[in-house]
Amino acid sequence: MASTHQIVTANRLRDGAVVYLTADGRWSETLACGALAEDKATAADLLAQAERSVTDRLVVGPYAFPVALAPEGPQPTQKREQIRAAGPTVHPQFGRDTGIARAAR
Amino acid sequence: MYRYDEFDHTLVAERVAQFRDQVNRRVAGALTEDEFKPLRLMNGLYLQLHAYMLRVAIPYGVLSATQMRRLAHIARTYDKGYGHFTTRQNIQYNWPNLEDVPDILEELAEVEMHAIQTSGNCIRNVTADQFAGVAADEFDDPRVYAEIIRQWSTLHPEFSFLPRKFKIAITGAPNDRAAVKVHDIGLRMVAGPDGAPGFEVIVGGGQGRTPMIGYVVRDYLPVPQLLAYLEAVLRVYNQLGRRDNLYKARIKILVHETGREEFTRLVEEEFAAMAGENPPALPGGELARIRAYFQPPAYADLPASTPELDLALAGNRTFARWVKTAVAEHKQPGYAIVTISLKPIGGIPGDASADEMDAVADLAERFGFGEIRVTHEQNLVLPDVPRQDLFALWQSLDAAGLATANVGLVSDIIACPGLDYCNLANARSIPIAQEISQRFADLDRQHDIGDLKVKISGCINACGHHHVGHIGILGVDRKGVEYYQVTLGGDATENAALGDITGPSFSGEAITDAVETIIATYIGHREDGERFLDTYRRIGMKPFKEALYAAH
Repeated sequence: MASTHQIVTANRLRDGAVVYLTADGRWSETLACGALAEDKATAADLLAQAERSVTDRLVVGPYAFPVALAPEGPQPTQKREQIRAAGPTVHPQFGRDTGIARAAR
Repeated sequence: MYRYDEFDHTLVAERVAQFRDQVNRRVAGALTEDEFKPLRLMNGLYLQLHAYMLRVAIPYGVLSATQMRRLAHIARTYDKGYGHFTTRQNIQYNWPNLEDVPDILEELAEVEMHAIQTSGNCIRNVTADQFAGVAADEFDDPRVYAEIIRQWSTLHPEFSFLPRKFKIAITGAPNDRAAVKVHDIGLRMVAGPDGAPGFEVIVGGGQGRTPMIGYVVRDYLPVPQLLAYLEAVLRVYNQLGRRDNLYKARIKILVHETGREEFTRLVEEEFAAMAGENPPALPGGELARIRAYFQPPAYADLPASTPELDLALAGNRTFARWVKTAVAEHKQPGYAIVTISLKPIGGIPGDASADEMDAVADLAERFGFGEIRVTHEQNLVLPDVPRQDLFALWQSLDAAGLATANVGLVSDIIACPGLDYCNLANARSIPIAQEISQRFADLDRQHDIGDLKVKISGCINACGHHHVGHIGILGVDRKGVEYYQVTLGGDATENAALGDITGPSFSGEAITDAVETIIATYIGHREDGERFLDTYRRIGMKPFKEALYAAH
């Protein structure tokens, strides 16, 4: 399903954890807490906000990625982002209970 | 094994202190990520998909029991209780916190280890035959020269900013277990005209997106000239290697674009200019000093066989099968080399828990001289096991879950971390390895199939050595979906060959079936005593291709 919706993600500086930028400018480990950009302009605004967090040494390497809207919440459309959201598929014990469908084979 | 001298200790301690300061400055804001990134990479610290990853050097794959216990301790204290042994004989930790890394490096330094030059465009950790010093087929002990190269290449000012990373592998045996023909420089020990040991020098091999078998540029290089000659090769590369295109920057591109003859001429010219009438030689005293660290341990006069061992071999099929795959011939009568499979059925290739690392350390002391090796095929080795203790060792390994009798068989798979961890990957590798391993879980079937090397990479960088797998599997991304391209006929040994692509790639759901089809085709065509590779070389791609794509 083609989607123009995006969420901004990065890795946290101190531990490298996958985090998502929330609507109030905080960072959450839960994808569903990520602010949803419905168009390119909003995504650009979120990225600009994320860059300030880079300057503040909270996160590293922010970028926006596409999500599809589903009843249970936004779902990453790329395998890479599915795996980042849920943890390594080969170590379920290290995964996160995100409510995101795991990148099942 | 080699022990640090005061210079080594000082160098590593200073580097730990330097990196601690760099981490503090990063966290405090004095360094930006752009400034910090090359500094952390120089200390083996990557940022992967889910977390930081620390790659720790294990020089030429040799570890003491004490070092292994420290690796276990680090896994337990700073990580999630496990580590991952890699195709470069190193170990990677997948979950360290940034601010813990200086402490980890300090813990490593205490046992004479570090993470220097496990990343970056420098000479990386030298790899070697995992049976070095103990193999029955060995001509000379490559650890001596690997250690000399390690000392020479550590923080070498001229070679710290090469066009691209640089990997050297060395073997002292005619049976190449170190894949020297697919390294930037491969060194194979040979006898000179007067019988004195020296090296065949192979340059320009490599895998990645442009796989190549290296060229022999010197049939015989006398031992004393080793470093001078390596220096000549590196100088030619440093000067002429491409820095404008990341994908053409490895020495293999330079060698193959320049041509073997011209490249050899350039190296010899550089060598002659450096050497003049008297080639610069390794100081004789230094060679002897390093060699002294690798003197054989105090072997006892032990029997090759005992009635108890014979009885166990005859009466215990599981044990006998393990001996068949795990045990290799030792140069010392009465001793055996034992490979410990880190490929339990359905497991993650190369992963070892902290408890498993501790168990191996204990066994290395109980059944040897406290030494362990890491193989580029992601297994571990106990190099000096008395043959009379093989049954007791097997029982202990079995109790620790480390006695899978599959070394060299279809489930002894090399797999890179792939898209489960790696920032560069296009597709997952580990789940494919697990599925193939489970499909062929039956050891009777595996032993019937025989020698077979399956190697899986999650992207074209080929960390999983797929180009030289008998069956190679390469993960690709097709419009966001994981697909797998298959190659056949690759070989990492002295008969090195690159695999041939079978045809269109297979989906994640279809790849294990494809492997099964390939194996069934081999079984259907094999003649007495033929390994998979022999059959493939005899009958070629056509029957495999027909079987794989018959339905399409």
